[in-house]
Amino acid sequence: MSTTLTSPARPDGDAAPAGVVNDFSIQVATANGSGSQTSNTVLMRAIFQMGIPVSGKNMFPSNIQGLPTWFTIRASKHGWIGRKKEVDFLVAMNPETAREDCLDLEPGRVLVYDEPLKLNELRSDLVMVPVPFDKLVGPVCPEAKLRKLVKNMLYDGVVAYMLDIEMEEIRKALFKQFGPKKVKAAELNWGAAQAGYDWAKANVHVEQPYRLERMKGTQGKIIIEGNTATALGCIFAGCTFVAWYPITPSSSLVESMIGYLKRLRTGPDGKGTYAVVQAEDELASIGMVIGAGWAGARAMTATAGPGVSLMSEFVGLAYYTEIPAVIVDVQRVGPSTGLPTRTMQGDILSNATLSHGDTRHPILFPSGPEECFSMAANAFDLAEQFQTPVFINTDLDLGMNNWMSDPLPYSDAPIRRGKVLSSADLDRLGGFARYRDVDGDGVGYRTLPGTNHPAASYFTRGSGHNEMAQYSERPEDYVNNVDRLSRKFNSIRGAVPQPEIDAAAGARIGMVYCGTSREACRESQEQLQREQDLPVSTLRLRAYPYTRALDEFIDSHEVVYVIDQNRDGQLFQLMRLDLTLERIQKLRSVRYYTGLPIDARTITDEILRQEAQ
Amino acid sequence: MSTTAVPPKKTNHIGLEVVQYKGGKTTLCAGCGHNAVSERIVEAFYEMGVEPWRVAKLSGIGCSSKSPAYFLNLSHGFNSVHGRAPAVATGAMLANRDLLGIVVTGDGDTASIGIGQFMHLLRRNLPLIYIIEDNGVYGLTKGQFSATSDYGAKSKGGSLNEMHKLDCCLLGIELGATLVARTFSGDKRQLLAILKAAIAHKGLSIIDVISPCVTFNDHPGSTMSYAYMKEHDVALHELDFIPHFDDIRLELEEGEARDVTMHDGSILRVKKLGRDYDPTDKMGAIRTLHEAEDAQEVVTGILYLNTQTKNFFDTLHMTDTPLASLPEQVTRPSKAALDEIMEELR
Ligand SMILES: Cc1ncc(C[n+]2csc(CCOP(=O)(O)OP(=O)(O)O)c2C)c(N)n1
Ligand code: SF4
Ligand SMILES: [Mg+2]
Repeated sequence: MSTTLTSPARPDGDAAPAGVVNDFSIQVATANGSGSQTSNTVLMRAIFQMGIPVSGKNMFPSNIQGLPTWFTIRASKHGWIGRKKEVDFLVAMNPETAREDCLDLEPGRVLVYDEPLKLNELRSDLVMVPVPFDKLVGPVCPEAKLRKLVKNMLYDGVVAYMLDIEMEEIRKALFKQFGPKKVKAAELNWGAAQAGYDWAKANVHVEQPYRLERMKGTQGKIIIEGNTATALGCIFAGCTFVAWYPITPSSSLVESMIGYLKRLRTGPDGKGTYAVVQAEDELASIGMVIGAGWAGARAMTATAGPGVSLMSEFVGLAYYTEIPAVIVDVQRVGPSTGLPTRTMQGDILSNATLSHGDTRHPILFPSGPEECFSMAANAFDLAEQFQTPVFINTDLDLGMNNWMSDPLPYSDAPIRRGKVLSSADLDRLGGFARYRDVDGDGVGYRTLPGTNHPAASYFTRGSGHNEMAQYSERPEDYVNNVDRLSRKFNSIRGAVPQPEIDAAAGARIGMVYCGTSREACRESQEQLQREQDLPVSTLRLRAYPYTRALDEFIDSHEVVYVIDQNRDGQLFQLMRLDLTLERIQKLRSVRYYTGLPIDARTITDEILRQEAQ
Repeated sequence: MSTTAVPPKKTNHIGLEVVQYKGGKTTLCAGCGHNAVSERIVEAFYEMGVEPWRVAKLSGIGCSSKSPAYFLNLSHGFNSVHGRAPAVATGAMLANRDLLGIVVTGDGDTASIGIGQFMHLLRRNLPLIYIIEDNGVYGLTKGQFSATSDYGAKSKGGSLNEMHKLDCCLLGIELGATLVARTFSGDKRQLLAILKAAIAHKGLSIIDVISPCVTFNDHPGSTMSYAYMKEHDVALHELDFIPHFDDIRLELEEGEARDVTMHDGSILRVKKLGRDYDPTDKMGAIRTLHEAEDAQEVVTGILYLNTQTKNFFDTLHMTDTPLASLPEQVTRPSKAALDEIMEELR
């Protein structure tokens, strides 16, 4: 075994941060499909189990095997779980990217790398730790074809030694990850982790600033992917029908749903109290959802931008025919190949106005797993109460990354099925007009197919109908109908979740954002206050249409920065559609669009730049 | 007291009159084949004694897709978007498995824009009656050729169709539909018997009804005109449908006919005409359709019938109660269930 552990490459200059505890980021660079997902998750979970707030973000390619992948773990004693721009501690395993990964580091940072990569030749201002992974893996893994996978667990051991991660927590996380059915595999990997640890203990004597220390910052918390939380939210909201077509980053939502539905919703007769259909495309999946919603099921689909485009015609039909539907859009970067596995708030505008003619759709913007869960119930209730398609707009960052969260909040609030008339109601009323605004909220009463009453039936068709749901091309009927739909949208305004506001005393500046920009915006707010003495208030939109609270927020600030994770400022543009000119003039736009989750530093720098102008 | 007895109103076996099966007044052209189909649908549902409120009628877009407005006013109807009725119907039927679903579309709707959805519908054997009112043209957009138009057919303006046709019945047999029929809107008796069989069938029924468009495709040179059908329609058999509630059923004698017992206990009597045709023979059905095309014949009747295959509800292991009427106590799992999951995620 190699005994060559070089005396540490001494950092030149004084850039190395001194003693950093529980506040840095670790990045692991590997190739897709090399099995690193398990060891990365174990590392993250072990830190979490030590009570240290943590987040794990996977940046992966649209590929099954071979292309580069980076997994970034951020430990933050302050509880910041947004992406941190700078990497402090890098594990370079991928020969393809190692050179660039190494050159990107700030001076003084730590680089653990696979020894044959010879990264020590590239620069001398890092703390370098070459590890002879290939030599170490042989003895712990006799079976040659498993070595590539097991190798990853070695770096967990090395990192654990260097950062003071408790090996007992690594062991716990590892066995949890493999589950009770794969104990043998878990033992093999545990052996590797220990070998990595022992090797590091004997060979790594460098001085480096980063350390993890047990604290009490994760008590009662869970770690969950947003898609799993949304899936559970839909199930606990009483969803009975799902139609979908696989697309990253939404597939894991439905796959998780299928798993939990089997477990939670198998009836006493051994049969499911739900139906999940993998449709032939998104045209069909939304069509099925609309058919099911029309016939009275709580129906949903999950998709991403390309699927949303295909659903356009049908969503317009559902708007005009007034059929409930829930569409979860796990947003990602633009069309076709390239960056489908990167995150973006790319469909805000298209969700709000999808289809032809005059259309407007409510959108809910969850910012973390708890809201993925609770807003699923909101979405179904809104869809059925207001008889209209409702979007839940999440993104790849939220959907597919690991989030530390409070446990998902169970609700036993009654499920709201909206204005549906039974045959007894029809007996009492004598009849009904499907599209008449009886209650002044713009929402008519509907009946479901199968209602046993001679007055129950009505005919559903697109744009041309009168209050009685009879075919009509008369201008007055059309105007009457679309004006009522506007009133209905206004009623929705009063029923959507209110924004989350954090008002800073004496703030001249406001920040408005939605969804996963939350962590970065809150951290930027703190940075601006701490570093610049600049108080900034924040308002997080939780829904479209906007409520009065947004008007009031804008009125009480001189300038309001709208934060967007897209090039065209989609949230900014959507606000401009609905606000008064006076308020629009106060808006500024901050846009981030690299395919990576937005980070606090980017926002802080951009606000300061615009403020200086 | 008057002695002239008022004749009792004629009703079906559930006590409803035929008017309770009627629809709105048609707005299609006089003589359009689609109108005759609507009339047969009224008769079939009336004679079968189907409760109208149990029926959901759906369609895409086209003259044909307007048809659901012209029958069964007491049923819920849904005129959806072009080519997508299969998806909407699938969702509706899964939401409420007690519904009897009937889709009426056109050849443009089904064989062009909707061909993808149609083919996937075929694969699922969802209990549903799917009617194609097939006129070889897009009626509503004024007479362009559709994909079911025969090779060599002439348009009203004189242009020739030089594309191979797409046969929805062949596709149906090939891809998993369990009742596949072709008939002619002008053949009242055959169309009625087929509709009744489809009502009794608890699987996917595809009925391709040649239904001439008098305005755009009823001229010499058309292969879907009334005149052409008079000459080229070759019935494979004579069909008699004996519903499950009809006592005659018990007195049926064995004879020349093949009897097929339908899912609801009704009997479909298939009487031999010229040839001995076995509608349960898949390969035979496919061969017959190919041979007919070569011979420029339009073979009509029940081309294929399979009452043995499981349907989509079984495939999905769905509960017997309609999903739409499951109560909250069933659809929302308990707090304990959520707590257990949370524990696993700590
Ligand atoms: C997306 C879309 N594209 C095009 C149309 C225009 N369009 C309406 S009906 C129709 C063809 C209908 O033909 P078919 O289904 O054969 O019905 P027919 O009128 O012949 O009964 C077309 C192309 C449409 N309504 N929607
Ligand atoms: S145009 Fe043709 S298909 Fe349409 S209603 Fe008239 S005859 Fe029927
Ligand atoms: Mg047609």
